Amino acid sequence: MSDVKKIKRGVDIKLVGEADKEFAPDKSVKTIAIKPVDFNGVRFKPVVKEGDEVKAGTPLLYHKDSEQVKFCSTVSGEVAQVVRGAKRRLLEIRVIADENIDYEDFGAADPNTLDREDIVEKMTASGCWPFLKQRPYNVVADPEKTPKAIFISGFDSAPLAPDMSLLMEGLEKEFQAGINALKKLTDGKIHLGLSARETPSPVLANAEGVTITKYDGPHPAGVVGVQIAQVDPINRGETVWTVNPEHVAIIGRLFLEGKFDARIRVAVTGSEVKDRKYHNTIIGAPVANFVKGNMTEGKNRIISGNVLTGTKLDDEGYLSIYERQITVIPEGDEPELFGWLLPKTDKFSISRTLPSWIQRKFGDKKYELDTNTHGERRAFVVSGEYEQVFPFDIYPVQLLKAVITQDIERMENLGIYEVVEEDMALCEVVCTSKMPVQSILREGLDMMRKELG
Amino acid sequence: MKALHNFLEKNVKPTFEEGGKFEKLWPVYDGFETFLFVPGKTASSGAHIRDGIDLKRTMNTVIMALIPALLFGMWNVGYQHYIALGMDATFMQEFLFGAIKVLPMVVVSYGVGLGVEFLFCVVKGHQINEGYLVTGMLIPLIMPVDLPLWMLGLSAAFAVVIGKEVFGGTGMNIFNPALIARAFAFFAYPAYMSGDSVWINTSVSEGQSVVDGFSGATILGELATTGSTSYSAMQAFIGTIPGSVGETSVIMILIGAGLLIFTGIGSWRIMLSALAGGAAMGLIFNAVAPYAITEVQQQFMAVPFWEQLIVGGFAFGIVFMATDPVTGARTNTGKWIYGFLIGFLAIMIRVFNPAYPEGVMLAILFMNTMAPLVDHYVLQANIKRRQKRTLKTAEG
Repeated sequence: MSDVKKIKRGVDIKLVGEADKEFAPDKSVKTIAIKPVDFNGVRFKPVVKEGDEVKAGTPLLYHKDSEQVKFCSTVSGEVAQVVRGAKRRLLEIRVIADENIDYEDFGAADPNTLDREDIVEKMTASGCWPFLKQRPYNVVADPEKTPKAIFISGFDSAPLAPDMSLLMEGLEKEFQAGINALKKLTDGKIHLGLSARETPSPVLANAEGVTITKYDGPHPAGVVGVQIAQVDPINRGETVWTVNPEHVAIIGRLFLEGKFDARIRVAVTGSEVKDRKYHNTIIGAPVANFVKGNMTEGKNRIISGNVLTGTKLDDEGYLSIYERQITVIPEGDEPELFGWLLPKTDKFSISRTLPSWIQRKFGDKKYELDTNTHGERRAFVVSGEYEQVFPFDIYPVQLLKAVITQDIERMENLGIYEVVEEDMALCEVVCTSKMPVQSILREGLDMMRKELG
Repeated sequence: MKALHNFLEKNVKPTFEEGGKFEKLWPVYDGFETFLFVPGKTASSGAHIRDGIDLKRTMNTVIMALIPALLFGMWNVGYQHYIALGMDATFMQEFLFGAIKVLPMVVVSYGVGLGVEFLFCVVKGHQINEGYLVTGMLIPLIMPVDLPLWMLGLSAAFAVVIGKEVFGGTGMNIFNPALIARAFAFFAYPAYMSGDSVWINTSVSEGQSVVDGFSGATILGELATTGSTSYSAMQAFIGTIPGSVGETSVIMILIGAGLLIFTGIGSWRIMLSALAGGAAMGLIFNAVAPYAITEVQQQFMAVPFWEQLIVGGFAFGIVFMATDPVTGARTNTGKWIYGFLIGFLAIMIRVFNPAYPEGVMLAILFMNTMAPLVDHYVLQANIKRRQKRTLKTAEG
């Protein structure tokens, strides 16, 4: 029997635009892009130049501080462009894909028979390694370190989140092989979190060698950081790695077939998408594949990921590596007369200052929210607000204030090691003072990392 | 709507923008524009959707919660006036009389306070904050009706400058600005802020006179001097008693409290624990009343604890002043302690020191000072818990 943990604090923001539980016809991926901006804490060195021929699994970039960690192409083809931004910051490496993907051969092997070094070697060389993220700091895992545990959240509770059962359907063998490999990387346990509210994906529920914990509660119950805090919180000096289930399957394929096969499934969601379905695709695919001609008229925001933590894309953009969802919602860049006064029903609020709470409470109100901030930035005024949606034994406002005042010791004391941006995303949503919570926290994490390594 | 916005954008805004004629007055223009229109600003980093609430809506909710107390206060001013003069008056006459007295107080409070606030924003070049919207309404409600308007204005100015702007504006202040205004008036013009003659307007026109035996003292004033009161508990609860404009009616304050708690704007933790604190002190006084030195004190202490909670500014203070999130405790645990001590100290001060019958004002100001300390210990407990956990895992 698995343990059930109750998560009390949090909120499910129900939006219009869930994806139908069926797959759209496959579309070929003509180009892909690997985006260095997706990865935190990495200094990149490109190893290809425009015109180079690559295979799936050929390194495009490596990690300057940890040279064995490679960031690889997910298709075979020709390097089309190395896109740089201001101060020559590396933004994207684009690859034009061949019709049929050629894979680099890393050799199939049963992870149970390999030792840790071989597994690290295989994963770092093939481009699978960056799927492992390290806490504290939410950075690409350091292969030199041994984490005290690896955490996998087996469900997504974010608004319009895809159904994990669909994402993982038919991937039993791959997932299990991935778990077997991950087991060698830690001396501790592999924790898998499942939802107590919905039927979990059978692929995950039947996996062996993992410690399953079930979580019952609203978002952020499905966020891996919340699960870590419930099971085995991160203490000073400890490291924990996290990885998404769909990426475990990719790691599994590496060991089963010896290749970096980065096929994934994404859900195309949001109120402004016409045909909302699941898609079979490849990591780094262009977003146009999913939304071109598939959006309503008007100004829209295309988000790689969910509305809480995703990144804004233009219609030429590419799917971010860690995301399993694309969301399109209306931009809200129109001023609103007496918007702060009128009792509108089309806005979401955790307070009951707007009448929409009635529909939320007593009906199954789904919102069509836009990106308007509904107010301007102010100093911290209201208290007790973040606490309603932040299920950690941490004082969130005080932690952010420690970051703002750059007080390293206080940040550490108040538990900065235990959180990353996505854990505090809901705080940002509910903030009356419209604080950029996630970017403040990121600043703090970067500061800590610079000071303490 | 759109036309108005376009007109502003095209014809008005440029004169206030950089290089415009009134460039310096940008904060004023910005204040008015954002009052009219919530800007079309979109989330540029982090979460892409945001809660529909902002500081303007928050402050507006508090003002709505104050309206019942304000309206009742207006009527009560008239009601008390006509009683003092021994005249019969209709409800409308009473209300109108009160409105004529109270509305100028509101106007002066907002006019002066916002004026000073705008001035500061123009000088410092920062945006105008919403904080004063509530403060401006609170100030007239916690003053006696006969306070000269210039004193009210001066208090409001003092509150904005010393109570708020010197600390950096809304969100940074240490003391509740409205209470700073009251404390200022209380210590600067004690003759107008205490005693028996300020709570009821007794201005007479020709042929009118104050009835024989009229005292005009508040319940607390009576209790402190004689140990007993001529008003019933029911009167105190309904609010047909002399006192500061908005503080008398517990019923109206409860309606406001209900709105604040319901919307989640006001902290029920603070209100509840303050009530508990006041009741606790009241009970202690009840128990030790026979041992008090003077007879008056014995009687004052023997006032049933629940009556202590419905007289004076206690209810108004704990609902509208103690719950100010900026100057109160910010942690949930801290709020329990903070609220309890406010209630406890308020009753203690009013009974022990008859010179300051309004214990709740001093109690809240004192606890404003202590709130960071309370929070500090709550945080320390959290930090210790975390360190212990680290040690435990390091050992085991």
